[in-house]
Amino acid sequence: MTHQFPALSPEQKKALSDIAQRIVASGKGILAADESVGTMGNRLQRINVENTEENRRAFREILFSSDASINQNIGGVILFHETLYQKDSSGKPFPALIKEKGIVVGIKASICTRLLDKGTAPLAGTNGETTIQGLDGLAERCAQYKKDGADFGKWRAVLKITSTTPSQLAIQENANTLARYASICQQHGLVPIVEPEILPDGDHDLQRCQYVTEKVLAAVYKALNDHHVYLEGTLLKPNMVTAGHSCPKKYTPQDVAVATVTTLLRTVPAAVPGICFLSGGQSEEEASVNLNAMNQSPLPKPWKLTFSYGRALQASALAAWVGKSENKKAAQEAFRKRAQINSLACRGQYVVSGKTDTAAMQSLFTASYTY
Amino acid sequence: MTHQYPALTAEQKKELSDIALRIVAPGKGILAADESVGHMAKRLNQIGVENTEENRRLYRQILFSADSRVKKCIGGVIFFHETMYQKADDGTPFVQMIKDKGIVVGIKVDKGVVPLAGTDGETTTQGLDGLSERCAQYKKDGADFAKWRCVLKISDNTPSALAIMENANVLARYASICQQNGIVPIVEPEILPDGDHDLKRCQYVTEKVLAAVYKALSDHHVYLEGTLLKPNMVTPGHSCPTKYSPEEIAMATVTALRRTVPPAVPGVTFLSGGQSEEEASINLNAINTCPLMRPWALTFSYGRALQASALSAWRGQRDNASAATEEFVKRAEVNGLAALGKYEGSGDDSGAAGQSLYVANHAY
Repeated sequence: MTHQFPALSPEQKKALSDIAQRIVASGKGILAADESVGTMGNRLQRINVENTEENRRAFREILFSSDASINQNIGGVILFHETLYQKDSSGKPFPALIKEKGIVVGIKASICTRLLDKGTAPLAGTNGETTIQGLDGLAERCAQYKKDGADFGKWRAVLKITSTTPSQLAIQENANTLARYASICQQHGLVPIVEPEILPDGDHDLQRCQYVTEKVLAAVYKALNDHHVYLEGTLLKPNMVTAGHSCPKKYTPQDVAVATVTTLLRTVPAAVPGICFLSGGQSEEEASVNLNAMNQSPLPKPWKLTFSYGRALQASALAAWVGKSENKKAAQEAFRKRAQINSLACRGQYVVSGKTDTAAMQSLFTASYTY
Repeated sequence: MTHQYPALTAEQKKELSDIALRIVAPGKGILAADESVGHMAKRLNQIGVENTEENRRLYRQILFSADSRVKKCIGGVIFFHETMYQKADDGTPFVQMIKDKGIVVGIKVDKGVVPLAGTDGETTTQGLDGLSERCAQYKKDGADFAKWRCVLKISDNTPSALAIMENANVLARYASICQQNGIVPIVEPEILPDGDHDLKRCQYVTEKVLAAVYKALSDHHVYLEGTLLKPNMVTPGHSCPTKYSPEEIAMATVTALRRTVPPAVPGVTFLSGGQSEEEASINLNAINTCPLMRPWALTFSYGRALQASALSAWRGQRDNASAATEEFVKRAEVNGLAALGKYEGSGDDSGAAGQSLYVANHAY
């Protein structure tokens, strides 16, 4: 953003732009391994594993000690605060383990301590809507994270669709907080991933989701512009445009693809290098097939369309591990498989095979999902 | 824009989108022949011609009787109200002459600038009253697109937040009304080149203005695929002591657009502002050879920059008519090439030499 009071020097801009480009380099996406303690608890409970710090560390080690060739499919990994400071069994810090594979390390930047697990805070006077907290001392935290090996940050805002939401206030407040966070990140050399998630809860149809997503993204980019954020040094992590989970009407991956890409063409400037979708409540297979359909769509795509998946990359690995160290290789293989499939989906080259295993197809929807 | 209260049906959207794409088809741009009566007075004065309705008719006839060569470089012509209802010597309505060449007819619908009280000489644009009925009539009379010009200026304390917001809002209202009547709105937020500000300042202001324009268009449920944008190029002010190359102008312009204009917009048709004919072509060409990815057509909507030579060749003499038309065709073809990044320039400023002058965009 060029101004007589420039926010960033050309060198700072180049550094941010280079990081962003590396994360979304062709065929690569993001492993979102930044589940908070509480959320990890939900995941581990499903496979009957106790939610201890050691178990959380052990599972992340399985993912991060994958063979280096995983760097063909994974450009970045998002970590939770606790994980940034954990080490593998040989004593190597996780950031080092990830970086030596040429993968960029990211950090969930919104507030998520052990005591205050929720990043969201209620907006009084609304129909249960929220904003995010975490701006206090964010500059100092970002500076520290940068020293400790992170090169990008992630900040998730949450909106929901009902007959009265999202309200003007919720849209404007979340857009503004996202822009403040993005501005602060860039001042400290961290590429901000901007995540305005519109939850899939509800019975609304595809058109309604598209309408809301267009309004939300228009507000987000106006706010980023107002706050002098350097778009070439950011990434967007939006929801795909889908029908609500209880919508009786069914849509094809192509419907989802067209609605999503159309929405993005109407709201996301070409200067943004990449769009890394969240998987929401989608199963592993659904998330890959939808991403693939988008990249096969004949609509123009001036930004990379890739993934930033948590559940949709880890479900099979978790199911293969079930907390047993002897299952490490099987878990890594399951993870590698999904990473490779999503890499093909980034290029519109994923050919859906006839067989898909149960874990992949299992819907991962959790009502009113919060990290 | 998809909504439970849709502004447009699927058929209406398709019609608007098709019109927009025809206007900015590859290698094509717009002839802005919509000078008001007062504006024409200045032009005709410069060549010693009296500003009568007949002279204005004769002059537009020179432009509109261009031969089929213009079919491949002119996608649309913007008319002034008076001209929509004038005819050639042989009785053929101008509108029909243009349509017969496969060119889309457009109409200027704004009613000029008015002051914004409490600002440093800033303005908004009027013309919304009865606009819907006027658009419906123009559509019947052959127009498929419209143009509305807002004006902003750069100084120490302008453009103000009010000027940006008010002009963006009035442009969005105009655009919404046009689309309801099957007319593609060309949205023109012109930031004047007057002043001594540098390239960076113009880029900054242009980014702020365009961000506000597209937020307003989103708020007003305007269907972006059925619109066109007519912005200024990003240039230094006229009295700026620093000189910039066409490549620098191109990088600053394309960077600003990439940061603010959604890819859904089919085309950006630049105004020529105070640029000479050659300058406007060279800059447009540099814009189209800029190494940054450009998801919209980048072409011209030129008035002076297409007509200056034709006007001086004519000088009001009937005998000079074909020579004048020839001058216009020449500029039209040059700009058609520039819209494809294929104009070599009249001097030794060749495309290959220019390529190496692009500076990395982190400096913008």
